[in-house]
Amino acid sequence: MALISVKNLTRVFDVSKPWLNRVIERRAKAYLTAVSDVSFDVQERSTYALVGESGSGKSTIGRMLVGLLRPTEGTVEINGVNLATESDAATVDKIRSDIQMIFQDPFASLNPRWRVRDIIVEPVVARGGDATGLAEKLLEQVGLSALDAGKFPHEFSGGQRQRICIARALSSEPKLIVCDEPTSALDVSVQAQVLNLMSDLKDDFGLTYVLISHDLTVVQHMADRIGVLYLGRLVEEACPEDLFANTKHPYTKMLLEAAPRMDGFGREAELPEGEIPDPINPPSGCAFHPRCPVATDICRRERPEMRKLGDIRVACHLAE
Amino acid sequence: MSDVVLSIRGLSVEIPTRAGVVRPVDGVSYDIRAGEILGIVGESGAGKSMAGNAVIGLLTPPARIAAGEIWLNGNRIDQLKGDAMRRLRGKQIGMVFQDPLTSLNPLLSIGDQLTETMLTHLPISRAEAEKRAVAALEEVGIPGAAERIGSYPHEFSGGMRQRVVIALALCAEPSLIIADEPTTALDVSVQAQIIALLKRLCRDRGTAVMLITHDMGVIAEAADRVAVMYAGRLAELGDVRDVLTRPQHPYTDGLMASTPLASQGKARLHQIEGAMPRLTNIPQGCPFHPRCSYAQDKCRAAPAPEITGGHAACWFPLIAEKVS
Repeated sequence: MALISVKNLTRVFDVSKPWLNRVIERRAKAYLTAVSDVSFDVQERSTYALVGESGSGKSTIGRMLVGLLRPTEGTVEINGVNLATESDAATVDKIRSDIQMIFQDPFASLNPRWRVRDIIVEPVVARGGDATGLAEKLLEQVGLSALDAGKFPHEFSGGQRQRICIARALSSEPKLIVCDEPTSALDVSVQAQVLNLMSDLKDDFGLTYVLISHDLTVVQHMADRIGVLYLGRLVEEACPEDLFANTKHPYTKMLLEAAPRMDGFGREAELPEGEIPDPINPPSGCAFHPRCPVATDICRRERPEMRKLGDIRVACHLAE
Repeated sequence: MSDVVLSIRGLSVEIPTRAGVVRPVDGVSYDIRAGEILGIVGESGAGKSMAGNAVIGLLTPPARIAAGEIWLNGNRIDQLKGDAMRRLRGKQIGMVFQDPLTSLNPLLSIGDQLTETMLTHLPISRAEAEKRAVAALEEVGIPGAAERIGSYPHEFSGGMRQRVVIALALCAEPSLIIADEPTTALDVSVQAQIIALLKRLCRDRGTAVMLITHDMGVIAEAADRVAVMYAGRLAELGDVRDVLTRPQHPYTDGLMASTPLASQGKARLHQIEGAMPRLTNIPQGCPFHPRCSYAQDKCRAAPAPEITGGHAACWFPLIAEKVS
């Protein structure tokens, strides 16, 4: 059974101006659909990656997975339990301790006034667990020294801080870690260290990752399955081999073509048309049609359903 | 080499701090020719932006140029002060920074910003400047330029704003553009458009471009030559194809190998152990030696050699290593 099962997940944010402004300026309420009808499954002990550009809803999905945001519609089930509706407190608590998150900015996600030891054991202590010696053990597992437990976050570099974040995420012995752009703030050489560490820990602890990233090379390296998001919609889902070699959706093709390549000396990339549309007023039909080189009438009228093409899922009228 | 636009010779920047004087840029030399894009690449703290700021005279005191010379079109500019430097900036050197929103004035329409820049630097009438402003916006690919000339920066998207900044940088027809992480804040699809635009304008106008970035992919696609910086020094300098496909400096080699590539699949990434040294604590000899797997006694004792012959500042460049 899948560890995570996401069905028809939708999240709408109210971005209206305050009441008085709306009355005076005669404006209607405004809603931003950050995530729209997204469904996918994540298998246990696999890495599922969500890629997309800014505003594609990838972080919003991540936040709904861990329960930081409630879905407007649709469900997130983890081990068959829907945290938003489950009434048994013990079950909820059990599932919650199985989920952890790693954030993008290791400078903002560690409390500067806490010692590293206290930061790392907090997920255990908060549940009344015994954390003797745990911080020291975890620090060594993420490649730092047990002596670092008594230090403060400012004494560490960006890469080392991200290791501390990983140690904290591991302390409650989770099954699932949602990683939101874990290496975007890091330099390439440090990124390699953190990605290697994540791969090792996945094997050692039997972890499942949901990896949120805008970097196609990172995703290709880490993921077992990749979901591509555009304007809050899942447009294509496939394993990395298929996604990169047998691309179905025109948006994915555009993204792959536009990404700079290390061997692309003097390459004249085929340039993407236009920019991401305003998510408050998304285009009719398929959200990608104004930028799509192959769009036809049906693309402007009807929103494409997710279809299965072999092992690939794609939401495009024309893909075959 | 008649068409060298910018020539930096032995440039060092110093900042006095409580922990002693640090050198974020130390003995850096490079040239940029007309119509050429020189990529400056390095990790955070390598001194790549600091070197660019030194060229345009935007070092924030107490940082100062401690040694070396900067020549622009045959004139020495590192000692220029106040007004003389201000005339040069904008007229002869254009700048494009990472965040387009902070480099535009939110209270002036983009048309006003363009005409003001041109009237300051070029001997033309206001009407002529306004005509050229529309042409400049058209050239950088802003749709409906004539209608949008009165729009304010907040009315544009990130990619369009960066186009406006590029139009601003180019409107006084400078001979050198310094682009400091111009696409880092942008999405991949917009990044590709901006890089293509920079390449096209540079080629068409023969403008020299200093492209500062941490992204090796951007360097590979845009630059003609590349300078790799480490701990304030040049590690490697040469033709982009040579440097990226046959790196001679162990640092460049490690940097290339630690980038995830399609071809290597799920294999472990190469790791350069450790991190860039702090500026207060740069190791003796070659600054890279504590992280270098080829380091020998000579590397610990003597500073890395000047770049001669090959393209790496290294006592034991990798090509020689692999042959023997």
